[in-house]
Amino acid sequence: MPVEFTREQLGEVTRLQRLYPDRGGALLPVLHLAQEVFGYISEDVEKYVGTLFDLGPAHVHEVVTFYTMYFRRPRGRHVLSVCHNLSCHLMGAQEIIAHLTSRLGIELGETTDDGRITLLTVECLCACEMAPMLQVDDRYEGHLTVEKVERLVDRLA
Amino acid sequence: MSPAATEKILTRNFGRPDSHTLKAYLETGGYTALPKALTMEPPAIIDAVKRSNLRGLGGAGFPTGTKWSFIPKGHTGPVYLVINADEGEPGTFKDRYLLERDPHALIEGMLIAARAIGSTLAFVYIRGEYVESWRHVSAAVGEAYEAGYLGRGLDVVVHRGAGAYICGEETGLISSLEGKKGWPKLKPPFPAIKGAFGAPTIVNNVETICHVPHIINRGAEWFASLGTKTQGGTRMYSVSGRVTRPGVYETSVAVTLRQLIYEYAGGVTGNGRLKAVVPGGSSAAILTADEIDVTMDVDGLKAAGTMAGSAGVIVLDETVSIPEALMVVARFYAHESCGQCTPCRESTGWIYEMTRRIVVGRGRKADLDTILDVARRGAGTTICAFYDGAVGPYISYIEKFRAEFESLIPK
Ligand SMILES: Cc1cc2nc3c(=O)[nH]c(=O)nc-3n(C[C@H](O)[C@H](O)[C@H](O)COP(=O)(O)O)c2cc1C
Ligand code: FES
Repeated sequence: MPVEFTREQLGEVTRLQRLYPDRGGALLPVLHLAQEVFGYISEDVEKYVGTLFDLGPAHVHEVVTFYTMYFRRPRGRHVLSVCHNLSCHLMGAQEIIAHLTSRLGIELGETTDDGRITLLTVECLCACEMAPMLQVDDRYEGHLTVEKVERLVDRLA
Repeated sequence: MSPAATEKILTRNFGRPDSHTLKAYLETGGYTALPKALTMEPPAIIDAVKRSNLRGLGGAGFPTGTKWSFIPKGHTGPVYLVINADEGEPGTFKDRYLLERDPHALIEGMLIAARAIGSTLAFVYIRGEYVESWRHVSAAVGEAYEAGYLGRGLDVVVHRGAGAYICGEETGLISSLEGKKGWPKLKPPFPAIKGAFGAPTIVNNVETICHVPHIINRGAEWFASLGTKTQGGTRMYSVSGRVTRPGVYETSVAVTLRQLIYEYAGGVTGNGRLKAVVPGGSSAAILTADEIDVTMDVDGLKAAGTMAGSAGVIVLDETVSIPEALMVVARFYAHESCGQCTPCRESTGWIYEMTRRIVVGRGRKADLDTILDVARRGAGTTICAFYDGAVGPYISYIEKFRAEFESLIPK
C-alpha cells in the first residue's frame, strides 16, 4: 500500500493542524488518523507523517514509540487489551488472561495466525468498577467471566 | 453535616439516560451560572473560587483559586486553559463518568474558568483509550458551538492522547499536547507562567472544573460548608476491589474511609474481613484495616500518612496477598516510568524485579531493606512526582505487612 493520504485525508490533516497555536500539536491526532488509514505505523508512515509537519523521522519515531496505542507492526482485525492492574487483578484478571492465551493459542503481544485477534495486557483502563475488564477495539467490556470472554471472542469476525 | 445526607451535585443527573445532551443539561439548570459569571469581573470569580475552598481533584489537591491567580498580571499574549482528562491513576474512574454523562457541566465550568484567567482557547486532553468519552465530549462541544456558548470568546479543542500514564502529570501532558513524547518539564517555570506552547497555562482536572458552575450559582460559602475547614465541597470517590458494590460515590470530602467502604460500597465482598485499603489511587500509601477511621479530605489523609490523591479507593480483603499486590503495582510503575530521570527509570525496574522474585519464592534476605533504601533515597530527586507516587506504595506495603513478605523469602 502506498503511504499517502488521499486529498480528503490531507484536508483533515490541515484542519487538525490549524486547531493548535503550533501545528505540531496535531501530531498525535494525525498519527491516530494514519493508524486508522494504514493499519499501523511503519517506518514509512513515520517518515511520511514527518513530511507533513516538517519534522525529521527521528522525532516522529520517538513519539510513536513513547505511546502504547500506536502499533508498529500489523495487528489483528481486533485487539483485545486485558487490564492487569490492581483492581482487575483482585477480581480475577489472571484467570481471564490465562483462558484467553490458551483459547487463542497465542502469547501476550501476539496475533492469531488467521489475523483475527491481537492479545495484549494493559495497565489500568480506569474502569475498575467493572473489574475484571478489557477493551475490545473501541469498547470496554467488564464484569468478565470465562464464559463471557468465550462468547465475546466467538462474536469477533 | 452527615455525609450520608449530602446532596448530589456533580452526579445529580447521572440517572437520566440522555444526561450528556444539551437538552438534558438545560432542563436541569445548566448554563445558568454562566450569565452570572459574565457579570462578574475575573478577580471576583477567582475570589469566589478561593473562598469556596475548592481544591484540585486531579491528585495534588492544590487550591484552585490560588492557582488561577498565578497567571501574570498584565500579560497580553495568549493564555490557555487545559483540562486534564487523561485519567490514568489506577483505581480511579470518576472523570470517565463526568465526560460520558455530563460533558456540558465541564464546558460550562471551562467557560467560567476561561473568563477568570483570561483565556480564549482551551483544550480538553482525553486519554486515548476513552473513546466513548471523546465522542460524548466532542458531540457536546459541537452542541455548545451551535447554541452559541462556544465560539464567542472561547474556543475548545478536544485532543486525544495515545496511551501513557505520565501524560496525566501536568507538564508531561503539556509536552504531549505540543506533539512530543510526554516527558515532564522542570519547574519552575510553572505552567501558569510558561506552559503549553510557551504561554501561561492553567491545567485543571475535569472534576475540579465541573464544580465551578455550582460555586458561582450557589455561592462560595455554601460550597465551603459542604466539606472540612480546609477543603470545600463534595467529590466523587471511585471504589473498587473487594467490595460488594464497586462504583462512583459522590459525597462530602468529610466522609470517613470506613463510611465509604461499609455504607456506600456495601462492605467487603462476601462479608469477608478487610485487610488493607489504598485510599487515593495506587500512588497513595496503603492503610491497614485499623486505619480507616480517617476523613477523606486532603488534609485528613495527609495527617494519616497517605494522600487523597485522585480519590480512588481500592479495597483489599483477607484473600489478597500483599506482596502480590505490590508486585502488580510495581509492574505498573516500571512500565510507565517515562525514562527521563535515572533514579526513577532504574529503581522502578529493579524494584519490580525484586518484588517479583519475592513473590515466586526466590527472594533474598536483604531484598526488603534494599527496596526500602532505594525507594527512600530516590524520593524527591526527580523532575516530577511520578516516582514519589511509586515510593508511597513500595514503603508502606513493606513496612505495614513486612511479616507477610518475609514469610515468602527462603530462610
Ligand atoms: C504521575 C502523575 C500522574 C497524574 N495523573 C493525573 C491524571 O490522570 N488526571 C489529573 O487530573 N491529574 C493527574 N495528575 C495531577 C496533575 O499533575 C495536576 O496536578 C492536575 O491535573 C491539576 O489539576 P487540579 O488542580 O484541578 O487537580 C498526575 C500527577 C502525577 C505526578
Ligand atoms: S485495574 Fe483494571 S480497570 Fe482499573
